[in-house]
Formats: sequence, structure tokens, C-alpha cells
Amino acid sequence: MTKLTTQSEVIIVVEEQIKRMQAKNINAWFYDKQALQNINLDIYDKKVTAIIGPSGCGKSTFIRNLNRLHETVPGARVSGTILLDGENILQGSYDAVALRRKVGMVFQKPTPFPTMSIYDNVTAGLKLYGRQSKSDLDLLVEKSLKRAALWEEVKDILDKPGISLSGGQQQRLCIARALTIEPEVILLDEPCSALDPISTSKIEELIHELKHKYTIVIVTHNMQQAARVADYTAFFLMGELVEFDQTSKIFTAPTDKRTEDYITGRFG
Amino acid sequence: MGDPKKIQKLMFFLLLLATIIIIVPVVAIFAIILFHGLPALNWGFIFGMPREGMRAGGIFPTIIGTLYLTLGTMAFSLPLGVLAAIYLTEYAAENWLTRLIEISIINLAGIPSIVYGLFGLGLFVMFLNFGASILAGSLTLAIMTLPVIVTASREALITVPKSFREVSYSLGASRWQTVWGVVLPNAIPGILTGTILGLSRAAGETAPILFTVAAFYLPALPRSIFDQAMVLPYHIYVLSTQVPNVPAKIQYGTILVLVLFVFIMNISAAFLRAHFRKRKLW
Repeated sequence: MTKLTTQSEVIIVVEEQIKRMQAKNINAWFYDKQALQNINLDIYDKKVTAIIGPSGCGKSTFIRNLNRLHETVPGARVSGTILLDGENILQGSYDAVALRRKVGMVFQKPTPFPTMSIYDNVTAGLKLYGRQSKSDLDLLVEKSLKRAALWEEVKDILDKPGISLSGGQQQRLCIARALTIEPEVILLDEPCSALDPISTSKIEELIHELKHKYTIVIVTHNMQQAARVADYTAFFLMGELVEFDQTSKIFTAPTDKRTEDYITGRFG
Repeated sequence: MGDPKKIQKLMFFLLLLATIIIIVPVVAIFAIILFHGLPALNWGFIFGMPREGMRAGGIFPTIIGTLYLTLGTMAFSLPLGVLAAIYLTEYAAENWLTRLIEISIINLAGIPSIVYGLFGLGLFVMFLNFGASILAGSLTLAIMTLPVIVTASREALITVPKSFREVSYSLGASRWQTVWGVVLPNAIPGILTGTILGLSRAAGETAPILFTVAAFYLPALPRSIFDQAMVLPYHIYVLSTQVPNVPAKIQYGTILVLVLFVFIMNISAAFLRAHFRKRKLW
């Protein structure tokens, strides 16, 4: 196990500079109201990037542009460029459906599909494109649930409804569901804000595990959480990116006065 | 002004009185029908054919006719209504066409049923040459039920939380996959309840079936959708106004069967709704 850890650390050092996604000059609107102003932000490969800031600062709007969920809302518009694997995902010709298989998402409120069992929830994303044999699906369900650290708790009740689980388990089920489609990037939109502290710490442990394989962007209200899980932290305020740096730097020596005020609890 | 406490008591009394007055006609109608009709109810009445110029025997053909007509109505109005509701809630853009459709649906609900009957006569019976038939009657009733089903289905679809749609999109589902795989399964209880209520109203209507399907008397059961049928509401009209000397027992018995038919549908709708609300999904 220790050997494995060192291995992945080596990989991290080597890959430190790889930019998985690059947002350039992102402006976003809801009808006439501008929600994001000229955001430039790089998402590094196999790192955890936290986005912090007070309510309504545009954190969620930003990550909802990374999988183009923003555009599904009436009145929503966006301009700018977001590169993934060298391609601009915001251009109209880019297939949003294909994008969302590369960039998965977990939402604030745990949202298992209420009409589906645990098993069917995990496979929901797969069944959308082509059938797979039952034995393949069984393997994938086990793999995803293990990665989401939920397997041991649910392996005997896979046919029970997903909503019969506790809130924290439901959220890990949602993470498993997102992992089943094998995304490269995972967006977490305040994944713990509806959870108790124990469930929260389980999700945070999980994030530590997942970053060896996935690039993670997490929106959080909780600054301690950002400090605990993130390698990089971006501070948003009123639709602007105030500061972006390594987490240790943001929390110990922020360069912008507004960042310092926020992390020391002077507003927000 | 008087003593607030006295006014309070007076108002409470008036409100209670108004509520009780609502119950009176329901109870009275049921009591009278039960009292006169119950003695007629037996297997021979329900499963027998009418005899002696409908003055004796059973009413089986009218029950079967009503059943066929209700199923036929559902076969047309349920798919059409649900698909229209899906289009309006999930796809339609906010523009003049959508508003025109919405206004049409509202107006459709307000058209008197005799107008549906004449419309059905003109379009289905004569122009499309279906003749007076189960097909023509079902189509006429289907048009009449559509507004109820579309409105109920739209309500049911709109109530499915946006978060489910977003999760579905985030898993790489297209819009149709989202509607089919996520939104519709969660909306089915509401759609079913609305459909049953719409159908129960259609089952009791007389005017729309008058010229499109209803037969005064048929010696045999209908054998295809192009046959006419005897139907409960029209049969009641016939027994009470067109045939002299029908025993009151048979008249009331027939009414009781129709009322029970509609009542069972309404109760099952209420039961369905309660059942699904108990395991409220979100």
C-alpha cells in the first residue's frame, strides 16, 4: 500500500503542469444579469481544484459551464473558450452529450432516481448508450460502488430503492453513478452541504482517493473543506475570479485583500 | 361593530353550514338511488340481456358498451394527451404557437358536450364515414377528455424536480432519454390519476355519444369497433323517457350501475394518488 502511494506521488510530480481544462475569458449571463465576468482558470490534471466564495458569486455557474449544463437553463448564455483535450467545448459544434460523458457531475442534494434500485441508479448512465451484458454490468456496478466506498454497505441490498439509503450513502451512490460512465473530470457542486459531519469526512476521504485517477473540481461553502481536500483553490467574488493559487498559498499568504478578508471570516 | 367573539362564532357557524349544505345533495342522490336501485341488483340484472322491450331482464350490453367506449376513449386520448403534454412541457419554446395551443386546450375544456356530439357526428360518423360506431364514439369522447389529460399530465411533468433532469443530462443523456428514462416514470402517478378522472367523466356523458355510437336497442353484443353499442347513460335516458311502463326498479338499478361505475373509477384515482403520495419520492 505504501509502495502504491509513493508511486502515485511520483506520477503527481511528473504531471504537475498538465492542464486538463482551460477556461479563457468566460462571461456568463442569466437573461440580462451577468453571473461571470471574464474568468480565466486552469484545471490541473489529477488534482483537486476547490472553488470557494460567498453565495451568488458564480461558483456553481462556472462549473456548470465545464459540462455545459449552464445552457440548459432558460435565459442562460455564455461567451469565451473552455478547452478540454485541445478542443473548445463551448463551440456549438461540440457535442454536449459526449462532453458530459467526459466531465461527470455530482450535485449538492443527493439525487438518486427515486424510481430506480441502487443497482439501476449506478448503471443509469450506461444504459443510455447501448446495452451491455448483465455480467459486464455486474462487474461495473461493483467497481463503481467500491471506488465510491459504498460497496460494503450495499452489496446485499442492490435491488432496494436508491432513496432508501441514508443521505451520506445516497451521495456516495451519486458519486458511483457518475464514476460508472468513466469520466476524466468530476465536478462536485457542494457535495457535502446536505450531509452530517461523518458523511462529510467519508466523502472527503473519497475525494483523496479519487484524485489519483480523476481530475476533480469541487465547489464548497466550507473553507476548511477546501483547505483539507484541495490542491488548488480559486476564490470567486461577485462573478469575478479574485485569486487562484495552490491551496496552501491561498490560505496562508493570499495576495488579494478580499481573499484574506473572506478566509479570515470578515465577510461572506 | 359588535362583539368580535360573537362575530367569530357566527362566521364559524355560517362556514360550517355552507360546508354541510354541499354534502346534502350528494347524500340525498346516493340514498335515493341506493334505496330504489339496490333491490334490482343481482347477477341476472348485470349479466343478463334486456327482455320484453327492456322492461325486464338485465343490462349487460350497456355495461359492455360503456366499458368498450371507456377503453376506446383511453386508447386514443391517453397517448395523444401524454405526448402533447410532453411536447408542451419539455420541448415547446415560449412563443405564439405554444400560447395558441395552450389557449386551445383551455377552450376545448369549455366546449359544451352537445357540441362535441355534433362535431363527432359531422367528422367521424359522416365525413370519415365510420358510421355510428364504437370507433366514432370513442374518438368523440377522446377529444372531450383530452384537455383533462393534457392538463393533468403537464402538472405531473412539471412537478418532477429539475434536479432529476440535470442529473440525467450530466450522465450524458439526451433530452428524449431524459424525458423517457427519468421524467416520465416519475410523472406516471399524476398522469394516471388525471386520466382516470377524465375517463370517468366521459363514461357518464350522454350528449357526445348520442349521435356517434349509442343504440336504442341491439339484440346482440357489439362485435367490432365499427358496430354500434348500447351505452349506460343513453340507456338511462331511453328507459326514463322513450319506453313507457319501465318498472322503477330497473330504471334505478341502471342508474345505480352507472353511478357505481363512475364512483369506482374516481375512488381508484383517489386511492392511486394516496398510494403514491405515501411513498412520496422527492
